[in-house]
Amino acid sequence: MKMNSPFRAKPFRANLALALFAVLFVAGCSKKPPIPPPPPPPASSGGGPVNNNSSGRPVVAEFTAEPSGIQVGQSALLRWSVTGANDISIDHGIGTVQSTGTSRVSPSVTTTYTLTANGTGGSTTATATVRIVSPPPPPPPVVSDTGNRSKGTVESRTAELQDALFDYDSNNIRDDARAALTSDADAIKRILIDFPSASINVEGHCDERGSAEYNLGLGDRRASSARDFLVQLGVPADKLKTISYGKERPVCTESTEGCWQRNRRAHFSAGQ
Amino acid sequence: MTRKILISCTLFAALSAVVLMAQITGVITGGGAKPALALPDFRAAGTAAPLMATFNSTLFSDLDKSGCFDMRAKSLYPLNNPQNPQDLRPEDNHQGYALQDWSGTPVNASHLVFGYAAAVNGALAVYGNVYDTRVQNIPSAQLIKQNYAGGLDEAGATRAAHEFGADIIAKFCGGAGSLLGSRIYFVSSRSGSDEIWAMDWDGNNQKQLTNLHSLSIMPAISPDGSRIAFTTYAKGTPRIMMIDSQTGRTLPFYNQEASLNANVTFTPDGKQIFYASSAAGLEQIFAADLNGQGFRRISHRQDIEAEPKINPKNPNMILLVSSASGQEQIYSMNAEGGDFQRVTNGEGEASNPSWSPDGQHIAFSWTRGYAKGDWNVFIMDIASRQYIQLTHSEGRNENPTWAPDGRHISFASTRGGRSQIYTMLADGTQVTQLTRQGTSRMPVWGIK
Repeated sequence: MKMNSPFRAKPFRANLALALFAVLFVAGCSKKPPIPPPPPPPASSGGGPVNNNSSGRPVVAEFTAEPSGIQVGQSALLRWSVTGANDISIDHGIGTVQSTGTSRVSPSVTTTYTLTANGTGGSTTATATVRIVSPPPPPPPVVSDTGNRSKGTVESRTAELQDALFDYDSNNIRDDARAALTSDADAIKRILIDFPSASINVEGHCDERGSAEYNLGLGDRRASSARDFLVQLGVPADKLKTISYGKERPVCTESTEGCWQRNRRAHFSAGQ
Repeated sequence: MTRKILISCTLFAALSAVVLMAQITGVITGGGAKPALALPDFRAAGTAAPLMATFNSTLFSDLDKSGCFDMRAKSLYPLNNPQNPQDLRPEDNHQGYALQDWSGTPVNASHLVFGYAAAVNGALAVYGNVYDTRVQNIPSAQLIKQNYAGGLDEAGATRAAHEFGADIIAKFCGGAGSLLGSRIYFVSSRSGSDEIWAMDWDGNNQKQLTNLHSLSIMPAISPDGSRIAFTTYAKGTPRIMMIDSQTGRTLPFYNQEASLNANVTFTPDGKQIFYASSAAGLEQIFAADLNGQGFRRISHRQDIEAEPKINPKNPNMILLVSSASGQEQIYSMNAEGGDFQRVTNGEGEASNPSWSPDGQHIAFSWTRGYAKGDWNVFIMDIASRQYIQLTHSEGRNENPTWAPDGRHISFASTRGGRSQIYTMLADGTQVTQLTRQGTSRMPVWGIK
């Protein structure tokens, strides 16, 4: 439906009514916009003119909602003008009204208001609809590197984070780990912007050489060191959960220094 | 001068190792020289006859592996042997019905084990005897006369042999008697994930106890053999779980808030546990009730501390592994965390302490003399700090656990490729492989 935002400014009020007419009452055939026509008559009545003064029924000169599209919490103004009626009422709790007037409404769902005017020669009804429209999308997040990236998933984004590597039997953050974690801190902040409910596991791992039991403690320290470093760089501590795997989940199993170094690491995974 | 000191130090160390080995041999044999056993095959008639091969090989193996006997070769035996006490005669001219036919050359046995079996009312009945061959008076020479019953099948024959063997070992070897009824709990990956398993002391009846589809490791067995506590990632982070050792049923356990609760051990009275927790921010030793409640911090240091192990005869002597002097070493402390001293000498890396049942020795893993990660099993006399090496770099040899009989040690080794569970005597001999499937590691030996 293209009737919403372009019609909100005053110069377009006539267009608004026209659009309402066009969309809602295509079959109604009034030649006098902006007067909204009544709904089609019951099939048994055989039809009839909308405003038939000779019948003595009241005439609804105007019944509009402005604007016709609002967001939840905003309001619209109903405006009406009726002649030849003894009593006039509008449904949805507005009740009996004067022949000319306005009423501010703020429905939470799309609502069609029906005005009923009773005269000596019968009654006339007219309707005005206030539509609830979706809020516009928020502006895209600011991405510092060259854009054109999709959000992906927490898992895919976490998999891109760099491991922080450690010396044997040590949880000191080396210079290379400092660089990796500094880059990771920015990336984690962006993940948390895109996925505010995400949490990240900081896993501590060891190479195969120390005892399994001692390595659980060492892995816990490595994870804690990496977490503390990230928190210093502004990553919220409550989004980081440390898990030590000791030497139980190696990334490689060769007995070489290259493989041992790869296993002496703090690694990131998506949290629950 | 320096060289002289070096030589005398080396000599002293070598001598001390000899003394410790003699001590360990004494533990294994129950002191004194090893009894020399002659064990002629048991025979049976009728439906029991086909079961005797199993019975004879099982009994011989149990007695041989106990390490406390000198098993005399069957090829040296006389032509005949007694099958029941009435067969014995004072003199038989080396034909086999006299005890002296077995004590003299070429058999040179100090003791004769004999008997027979029969099918009785659908069951296997075994009639076993042990005589001292060096005693002249036949009735006085009798040490064991005992009947054993089992099902009339291979399992029944195996069981009867184990029971007779256990009685002989208990009679001669002192200590806590035989291994019969004891079980080894361990970690195996054979079902697809690391789960806790149990098996008999000889590797039979391997049975999966947990089915957590996670990573479940580092089992500990309570002194009465009824409970297993272990470390599991079933809920994400490493936590302690307690189960019934016989049924696998989960027992209530409260994990205090921490990124890591692990390395459980039971106190000798079985009423408390000690464990390692990061609840204070870094891994330290804590104690708690069996249900995890009433936890309290024991040690207050700045180092990684793991693997608390309490002396079974002295609850105020707790071993642990600590990084206090750099790389992991074994330390001791008292039950309040004080009197902290290093036990191993700082060489290499040392871990996995396990107390002997008498509280005098520890078995442990050490990389001393080898590259990092090349673990071997050592034992140490805790009073003198003297040690001997039991394995010699055939793969990685880790997690030694002392058997309830005080004579055996189980451990995990990669000597055959993937890690599997082995047993050996506490002097490093009689190495026997118990597991063959998947990866099997971290054994602990319980009394049942």
